[in-house]
Amino acid sequence: MQEAWEGFEGGTWTDEVDVRDFIQRNYTPYEGDESFLAGPTQRTKDLWDYVMGLLTKEREKGGCLDMDTKVVTGIVSHPAGYIDNEHPERETIVGLQTDKPLKRALHVNGGIRISMQAAQQHGYKIDDDVVENYTFRRKTHNQGVFDVYTPEMRACRSSHIITGLPDGYGRGRIIGDYRRVALYGVDYLIKDKEAQKASTPKVMTEENIRDREELQEQIRALGELKMMADFYGYDISGPAKNTQEAIQWMYFAYLAAVKEQNGAAMSMGRTSTFIDIYAERDLARGTFTEEQIQEFVDHFIMKLRMVKFARTPEYQNLFSGDPQWVTESIGGMGVDGRTLVTKTAFRYLHTLENMGTSPEPNLTVLWSKNLPQAFKEFCAKTSIASSSIQYENDDLMRVYHGDDYAIACCVSSMRIGKEMQFFGARANLAKCLLYALNGGVDEISKKQIGPKYRAVEGDTLDYDDVVSKFNDMMQWLAGVYVNALNIIHYMHDKYCYERIQMALHDKHVHRWFATGIAGLSVVADSLSAIKYAKVHPVRDEQGVIVDFEVEGEFPKYGNDDDRVDKIAHDVVHQFMEYIRMNDTYRNSVPTTSVLTITSNVVYGKNTGATPDGRKKGVPFAPGANPMHRRDTHGAIASLSSVSKLPFRDAQDGISNTFSIIPGALGKEDQVFFGDIDLDSLDFSTAEISVENPDCAEC
Amino acid sequence: MAKVELEAQVEDQSQFPLGRVHSIETMGTVDGPGTRLVVFVQGCPMRCAYCHNPDTWALQAGTPVSVEHIMGTFESNWQFYRNGGITVSGGEPLLQPEFVAALFGQAHARPAGRVHTCLDTCGYAYTPDSPERFDALLRAADLVLLDIKHADSEGHRALTERSMDRILAFGDELARRNIKTVIRHVVVPGYTDSVEECEKLGRLIAPWHNVVGLEMLPYHTMGVVKYEQLGIPYKLEGVPQMDKGRIPELRAAVLRAMKGARASE
Repeated sequence: MQEAWEGFEGGTWTDEVDVRDFIQRNYTPYEGDESFLAGPTQRTKDLWDYVMGLLTKEREKGGCLDMDTKVVTGIVSHPAGYIDNEHPERETIVGLQTDKPLKRALHVNGGIRISMQAAQQHGYKIDDDVVENYTFRRKTHNQGVFDVYTPEMRACRSSHIITGLPDGYGRGRIIGDYRRVALYGVDYLIKDKEAQKASTPKVMTEENIRDREELQEQIRALGELKMMADFYGYDISGPAKNTQEAIQWMYFAYLAAVKEQNGAAMSMGRTSTFIDIYAERDLARGTFTEEQIQEFVDHFIMKLRMVKFARTPEYQNLFSGDPQWVTESIGGMGVDGRTLVTKTAFRYLHTLENMGTSPEPNLTVLWSKNLPQAFKEFCAKTSIASSSIQYENDDLMRVYHGDDYAIACCVSSMRIGKEMQFFGARANLAKCLLYALNGGVDEISKKQIGPKYRAVEGDTLDYDDVVSKFNDMMQWLAGVYVNALNIIHYMHDKYCYERIQMALHDKHVHRWFATGIAGLSVVADSLSAIKYAKVHPVRDEQGVIVDFEVEGEFPKYGNDDDRVDKIAHDVVHQFMEYIRMNDTYRNSVPTTSVLTITSNVVYGKNTGATPDGRKKGVPFAPGANPMHRRDTHGAIASLSSVSKLPFRDAQDGISNTFSIIPGALGKEDQVFFGDIDLDSLDFSTAEISVENPDCAEC
Repeated sequence: MAKVELEAQVEDQSQFPLGRVHSIETMGTVDGPGTRLVVFVQGCPMRCAYCHNPDTWALQAGTPVSVEHIMGTFESNWQFYRNGGITVSGGEPLLQPEFVAALFGQAHARPAGRVHTCLDTCGYAYTPDSPERFDALLRAADLVLLDIKHADSEGHRALTERSMDRILAFGDELARRNIKTVIRHVVVPGYTDSVEECEKLGRLIAPWHNVVGLEMLPYHTMGVVKYEQLGIPYKLEGVPQMDKGRIPELRAAVLRAMKGARASE
């Protein structure tokens, strides 16, 4: 075994790329508490203070400190950059997107017009040469898509029944297995890709030609990755030899990805268990102390906090701000029953204390009932102190994805290096319902957007009639939607290919075709109103239904009431069935999500009044949430309604945004006292909890 | 429509007395230990000046709900309630003793395991001359949260428009039956925030050895908006929220007095 791997148990991973096998054979589950953790070093404090200063300046400048307008970004586009050029030695993990901290890179392959708008928004102007090149000489993804879009697709897009399509920005949602670079070194990965290329069939079908070209692009990107590391004085052709190198190699690979792509979500993966193997070895060998290892982790996370992209105002409206979704998945359980929580899971979360709270990277704990108790408690403490941890259900996802998956963006789960996703924004099903009622006429523009099916008649909506029309309209919408996405992903592969991220995937990649749903609770409540109350449509002078009068009560989604929860379930299932009826690009497997976390405001703004009594322009509920204030039976009833949605059909994720004031989570003060404490002098410290002894096991 | 009809049948065919219910909170975390299903019944004989649920006062309002319906709701989400149980609050549960007794009885008889029951009451609706009406209910109550509005009988009348005799009789009955009880006391500035009043409360509850806890609730003004909606004048207009910082001191005063009274028993 090579020197870098000394002390590791060998296995499949020593002969082929198999990071999971390496982890399973070598990691040390940790069931203890946080008492081993080290605080920030002076260097970390100095560096972070400096970064905080830069972030303040960035805010003062209106959200963008600096922007590159000349050099089109790429893996090797910029020389080495440091947070503080006077103190590069402070950084134990190095690498910036450009030559200066927080200076936004110039991404153009997604579309030059979008880049120009983004620059303009921040008071910059892209160099004429660049604009000319990417307008007349080099085609972009955006141009490719619009060359092919049908009039119908454009109409759906501009009337917002399909919104947020990645036709002008990077699709993102692809997670390279950045750990591979640390474990194997770049040379090994290049050799592996060369072997893959050599093993393609001899007959040059279109598919085979594309595969060979892509593999060569991947090899080229790996070469550039090595060159980029060299700018910083690192030779990453071989495997990392210790914790610092492992983090540095891994971060270089991620950095190459964000230098090349400005995807809507550029997630990190699931790296803490992997890094912990190096940390354990270094601690045992005495190579590094706990304090040093924490410093590497702190500096790594600091770099992830600094990832920035130039965005357009439209994009920021859609996503309500400037999120990067640098998601890092932490913890979870292994399929063999051992926990994947290690000391490094604690170290990652501890960055929130060492450097203060931060929305990025999006630290996501893969939660299982079986997580070690001490880790659960540490998560809770850190959550209370920082409000910066996201939790996702590992027990649910492990069944589908095994134990080496990670979250892209907010909830999309995929097996690392083995699965990727074609991100597909979402279809506005509330608007689709209105199209069903109006025979394809848009309720706001009054244009015929959908097919000219028969509109509903009479002054009271009939449930069976509406459902039948809604199904027809959903089927139409699913067709337009999937085909628009087919164009988008074809063009993205062609003009904006994720070379380095795909280089860190297996040759045979399972591709998810991710669609999405907006306005689910509006649709469910609307159909429930039509079924259980009386809904009278209000038509304008052109005969278009623009409002509704609802007479009587109806069950509302969010109250654990099967009558309406079943409707929500069926809508998701039915829409997915219609999606599945279409051919998808590159034989990708369709899935859907119900997870508008922020864009629900924009979707609502562009949708007319709905039969549930929601007025025109009122925001939808986020994700799979019940509509605001309609869940009247408390949180558990509300969550139960959401939990009835079929995950089988919505494997790309179901989100429920939930806020609660601390006082509503239970008593802050002591209530109970025991007999013994009654006799003690100090009542104020006496506390026992009374639980129901008969119920503890059920 | 299947479910609606089914539900109507459940309400009609219930083998137990129906409850008059104001609302159900599926994630109750402040009315008894753990996460609980809390049933707020409709109707209350008290008129506490600071009541934050005046919409539960009217006796004839509310929705008829069956024991089966509530147990069904509990059952479908039982995993959340593993360390909790069912609480009946209000309104005033003692106005509907048969319903609460039936619900608690069913909770204890649940095939998959006994469910912890908790009664949140002010005790005023207890009738000392016919205690048998409450026998079944009290036999099935694992924990009682007993609100003592004021330790002084005149202060009590001023704050609630009612006498406290029956409340004390109810406290005695709980003690006689040795039912675990937590005393609740809302601390209102100028009414119940003096050390003297708290010491009096301590002496008042000292004879009840079934008391396992004491909860001092700082007065807040979150319920005021409901008065506006209902068009009822709010008697504590202008009274500020209680400073939470004083609660530990007042709680200690109650406990000190309670301990002192027990020592001299």
